[in-house]
Amino acid sequence: MPVGRLSNAFACAKAENRAALVAYVMAGDPSLEVCAAILDALPKVGVDVIELGFPFTDPMADGPSIQRAGIRALKNGTTLRKTMALVEQFRKNHPETPLIVMGYLNPVETMGYDAFARHAAEVGIDGAIIVDAPPEEDAELRAAMQASDLALIRLATPTTDAKRLPAVVAGVSGFVYYVSVAGITGDKAIETADIAEAVAAVREASGLPVAVGFGIKTPEAAARTAKIADGVVVGSALVDVIASAHETGGDVAQAAAAFCQSLSQAIAQAR
Amino acid sequence: MDARNSWGSYPDAQGRFGQFGGRFVAETLMPNILALQQAYEDAKADPSFQETLDVFLRDYVGRPSPLYFAERLTDHFGGAKIYFKRDELNHTGAHKINNCMGQIFLAMRMGKTRIIAETGAGQHGVATATVCARFGLPCIVYMGATDVERQSPNVFRMKLLGAEVRPVDAGTATLKDAMNEALRDWVTNVKDTFYIIGTVAGPHPYPQLVRDFQSVIGRETKQQMLEREGRLPDALVACIGGGSNAIGLFHPFLEDESVKIYGVEAAGHGIETGQHAAALTGGRPGVLHGNRTYLLQNDDGQIIDAHSISAGLDYPGVGPEHAFLKDTGRATYLSATDDEALEAFQLCARLEGILPALEPSHALARVGEIAKDVGKGGIVVMNLCGRGDKDIFTIANALGAKI
Repeated sequence: MPVGRLSNAFACAKAENRAALVAYVMAGDPSLEVCAAILDALPKVGVDVIELGFPFTDPMADGPSIQRAGIRALKNGTTLRKTMALVEQFRKNHPETPLIVMGYLNPVETMGYDAFARHAAEVGIDGAIIVDAPPEEDAELRAAMQASDLALIRLATPTTDAKRLPAVVAGVSGFVYYVSVAGITGDKAIETADIAEAVAAVREASGLPVAVGFGIKTPEAAARTAKIADGVVVGSALVDVIASAHETGGDVAQAAAAFCQSLSQAIAQAR
Repeated sequence: MDARNSWGSYPDAQGRFGQFGGRFVAETLMPNILALQQAYEDAKADPSFQETLDVFLRDYVGRPSPLYFAERLTDHFGGAKIYFKRDELNHTGAHKINNCMGQIFLAMRMGKTRIIAETGAGQHGVATATVCARFGLPCIVYMGATDVERQSPNVFRMKLLGAEVRPVDAGTATLKDAMNEALRDWVTNVKDTFYIIGTVAGPHPYPQLVRDFQSVIGRETKQQMLEREGRLPDALVACIGGGSNAIGLFHPFLEDESVKIYGVEAAGHGIETGQHAAALTGGRPGVLHGNRTYLLQNDDGQIIDAHSISAGLDYPGVGPEHAFLKDTGRATYLSATDDEALEAFQLCARLEGILPALEPSHALARVGEIAKDVGKGGIVVMNLCGRGDKDIFTIANALGAKI
C-alpha cells in the first residue's frame, strides 16, 4: 500500500497540527554511497516525505543547483536503475517513510512505463513526479502507475488557472505539489501571502494535501509556508548544503541532517 | 497506409504526427502553449495576418527566392537536372528569417513585449535579432558558450542588431543547452515573453507553425518548377538538423507521391564512430524539448552530445514530423560526414560560384548520387538554405588554411 504511506505521513502531520516536511535530494549526489547515508539520516530528523531526484542530461525546469547536482550524479554513473537500487537499500531500514522519485520522462520511457511502475513498486517507491509529463501526455504512464498502486503526483503552478485546475488534479493521488513561483527550481524567494489562496483552491479541487515548493531556502521561509500549506518542499537549498559539505570535505550526511532538522523544528513551531 | 494523401492533416489536435510530437512541457508552460495554439489558429483565420506577412516576405526578406538551374553541377554528375532553391539569398543569408517573420507577427498579436530565442550556428539568432530590431522589441538570444566561441561573427552581428546574447555554460554548452536555458527563461517569464523557436521541434504547436511559415519555400518551388519545366520534380533534397528548411521544401509536395523526398543528416566523423548528429539514422525515439522524436541517447535515456562540423546541424534530436515521415516511409533519410560536406562545399564553390553554408553542403554531398539515381531527363531540387560566409573560418581551419 504505497499510496497509504504517503497518506499516512500527511495525516500524521495534520494530527500534530503541523505541515509535513518534504526533502528533495538527487540520487547519486555527491556519490551513490554518500547519498545512501543522506537518505538514511533524513527520517530521524523530521523529514516526513523524501523526494529522490533521478538525473537527466537536460533538466529544463531546474535551476543551477539541481542542474549541477544532476551533472555530479551522471558523472558518478547514476541511472534510473541505480536510483531504484538506492531506494531498495533505504527501504530495508525505513519501512514507513514515504519516498517518491522525481525527474524527466525520457529515462522512464526508455525503461518502459510498465517496467518502470512494476520495478518502482517492487523496491518500495511510493509515487513519482515527472516534470515534463503534463496531464495531456501522461495517460499511459498514469495507467501503468495505477496498476502498481503508485501515486502520480502532478505540479500545479501560478499559471494553472481555475479552468485548467480540474484537469491537473484529475487522477492524482498522494498529494499535489504546488509550485509557488512561475520559474525554475531554486529561483526567487516566495511571497506567502500570494500563495495562500492558490493552495486553498488546489486543496479544494483535489481533496488532497497540498505541498508547496520552489524557492524555500531557510527555516524562516519554511515556517511561513508551513502556516498555509500541508507540506513544505525544500530542494535546491538542501542540494546546496550537500554540495558545499562535499566540496569542503565535511560530513555530508550530517550536514544534510542538521539542515533538515532546522527546517523540521521551524515547521513544528510554525502554527 | 492511412497517412497517404492526407499528409496535410498532421499534426492531430494533440499535436501528434503518429506517435511523434506532443506537448511534453512543465505545467507552468502548458497554459502558454495552449494560448499560442489558439493565437495561431486565430491568425490563420485572419486574412490580414497572411497579407501583412506576405508584404514583409517580399519587400524585406526578398521573396520569392530564385529557383536556379545548376548547369555545371548537373554536367559534372551527369544525371538528372539539378536545381537549387536559393534561400541563401534571403535577407540575413538563410531560410531562418521566413519563420522569424511569421513568429514576430504572432508575438505582436499576442501582446508579448519581450522576445527570446535559442541559436546554434547563430543564423536563427541573427534572424530573430533582425525582426526584433525591425519591430522594436527587446531580444535575448541564448547560445551555448562553445558556439559563442566558434561563431563569433554571428554573435557580433546579433549585438549590432541590438540583441543581448547570453552564453550558456550548462551541459555541453551547445544548441541543446541553449534550448534548455531558453525554456527556463520562458518558464520564469511566461506572462510577457514570446519564445521564437528556430526549428520544427519543441512542444506543439511549434513544429506545426514553424513548418507552415517555412512552407513558403516548397510552395514557391512548386510554382516555379511548373513555370520552368511544366511538371513536378522527381526528387527533393535538403539537409536535416532540426529540419526546418527541409520540411519547408518537402511539405507542399508530401501528397505528390511521384516526388521522392530525401533528407540528409550530419554524420560527423561517421555514424559508426558515435560522433555524429544523425538522430534519424543513429538514434531511437524518446522525449526531449517538449516532443517525442528520434534522439541520440544512451541505454538510460540520457541524451548524447551530437557532433557536426556544422553548428546548425549539431543537435541530438530532429523535428517530430521527420520522425513520422521516416517511419511511414514517405521520406528517405541519408547522411553525409564532415569530410563529404567539406568536399561538396568546395565543388559547389568552384563549379557554380556559390559558397553554400556547411549545412546545405551536407545535402550537396548526396545530391550527385540522387541525380544519378533519378537519371537523365529527371529533375532534382535541392534547398540551398544558407550561404557560407559565416563558415569561412571553420572551413579554413578544417582545410588547414590561414586567413
